[in-house]
Amino acid sequence: MLEKLLPNVDWINMWEAALETLYMTALATGFTFIIGLALGITLFLTSPRQLWANKLVNWLTGAFVNIFRSIPFIILIILLIPFTKLLLGSIRGPDAALPALIIGAAPFYARMVLIALREIDKGVIEAARSMGAKTSTIIWKVLLPESLPALLSGLTVTAVALVGYTAMAGIIGAGGLGTLAFQDGFQRSREDVTLVATIIILIIVFIIQWVGDSITSKADKR
Amino acid sequence: MIQLQNLSKTFVTGNGKLVAVDDVNITVDTGEIFGIIGYSGAGKSTLIRLLNGLEKPTSGSVTVNGQQISSSSGQALRSARQKVSMIFQHFNLLWSRTVEDNIAFPLEIAGISKSKRTERVKELIELVGLKGKEKAYPSQLSGGQKQRVGIARALANNPEVLLCDEATSALDPETTDAILELLVDINKRLGLTIVLITHEMHVIRKICHRVAVMEAGKVVEMGSVLDIFQKPQQDITKRFVAQINGPEEANQTIAHLVEQYPSGKLVKLVFVGDRTEQPILSRLIKQYQVEVNIVQGNIAQTQNGAYGTLYLQIEGESLAIEKAIQYLHGQDVQTEVISHA
Ligand SMILES: Nc1ncnc2c1ncn2[C@@H]1O[C@H](COP(=O)(O)OP(=O)(O)OP(=O)(O)O)[C@@H](O)[C@H]1O
Ligand SMILES: [Mg+2]
Repeated sequence: MLEKLLPNVDWINMWEAALETLYMTALATGFTFIIGLALGITLFLTSPRQLWANKLVNWLTGAFVNIFRSIPFIILIILLIPFTKLLLGSIRGPDAALPALIIGAAPFYARMVLIALREIDKGVIEAARSMGAKTSTIIWKVLLPESLPALLSGLTVTAVALVGYTAMAGIIGAGGLGTLAFQDGFQRSREDVTLVATIIILIIVFIIQWVGDSITSKADKR
Repeated sequence: MIQLQNLSKTFVTGNGKLVAVDDVNITVDTGEIFGIIGYSGAGKSTLIRLLNGLEKPTSGSVTVNGQQISSSSGQALRSARQKVSMIFQHFNLLWSRTVEDNIAFPLEIAGISKSKRTERVKELIELVGLKGKEKAYPSQLSGGQKQRVGIARALANNPEVLLCDEATSALDPETTDAILELLVDINKRLGLTIVLITHEMHVIRKICHRVAVMEAGKVVEMGSVLDIFQKPQQDITKRFVAQINGPEEANQTIAHLVEQYPSGKLVKLVFVGDRTEQPILSRLIKQYQVEVNIVQGNIAQTQNGAYGTLYLQIEGESLAIEKAIQYLHGQDVQTEVISHA
């Protein structure tokens, strides 16, 4: 039955491609979280009247974030080919997609981190300072926990975007469902392959969204 | 406990310089509840933030318990802050933490071990009357309960000074009274020095020993609460006092009283401090053949005793009235006869 409807779908290939997509998304999300958080916190703390108020650092970080956030992802991949080659020795396969994925998504997430941190009541930070808290204590025990729901929902949005990025990276041969849909499906006119790959991508996105939403609402004690 | 010397703070803003605190000199004694009152923008918050180094003075100095806060920084300042804690108008609790974890926060900052924290948090919950709420999140508490958490949190590291920035301004009158009573209780029990800022005179009346009145960054009047209530000097102080006493009795209203109580004699008594506790009125009635009507009265309790005014109509034989008034003059109560019927 399934064979007749989808004659060209090789389920083993499809499964492997799905795993590659999940692998790229998971790893890129992890790195994006860490790098984006660091960038976002730096942006926040160096902004005027904050604990590390510093015009130069704030401007540099802001410029970096804004530039990389503005470059269309497909162009970023191409621009980063030499860098990736230098770093990994190859531009093919899931690992080769990671630098572009992370550099594309981290500034995007940093922006969301900044917005989340700005939402924190200034009074709470002031209260922590009035108790004699160090800046590191304020970061770990005030900024992060107090903005956790927003950080998590931002991460969900970022992870969903990353699934889309992995599909685009597929066009240059990163592997995963994108490559499968493009090379096996589109270039060979096997519409059924493209369709199944798309459905699996949608399922992945829905699962990420659902998991992200439920963790976010659990973290929100307001 | 606290010395402020020639303390000034100027903010440089987009449209020029703003002197938020202007040459302030205040000394607060150990165990005292010191109030600072002023209208919005007078510089009260800036002043109180100078006391724990959240703000650095432009000139002058802040000394708390022998340590010069204004010139401290880094670890020395952070340690000092553990002994000069603060409560806020909007409570400023961490919503991500339960009541007990909020109270434990300053203990974590001070590096207290887990088991000692648990013990101390239990004591504090008891002290501020929050038993049963340990596991609640701030969003599940009323304003009064949130401020109790704020107070418990502020007391966690056994501070010497408690700074209160409009601590009751977001609360309804009854909750305000309950929180103020808690502060007095803490002041008496722990001997804590309290500096409290407010724009409400009844807060000053209810719990402060001394008060400074601030206007445009300057302290324009300072003294014991009783003195300020009795003899306000500056216009702004008079306006604050009128918040409680109502506007100063104009001649018209007194004339009105005279009209309403034409017989006998109308007498105004001014009580200060402990004298209100003496049974002056009952003796007056028992010992003299006079009828006494209370026409109008206003007696308020302050931390230094009661003060207030009382208007009496005294009726009877003119000789008896004469003697009664003489008795009042002899009682060290400021007595003024305002009508001769
Ligand atoms: N960080 C700052 N930068 C510039 N101006 C400031 C700053 N903080 C306070 N000011 C200004 O200093 C003045 C005094 O402010 P402050 O907050 O001390 O007043 P306040 O008496 O506490 O008033 P309120 O009753 O409204 O809280 C105000 O004009 C305010 O705009
Ligand atoms: Mg204020």
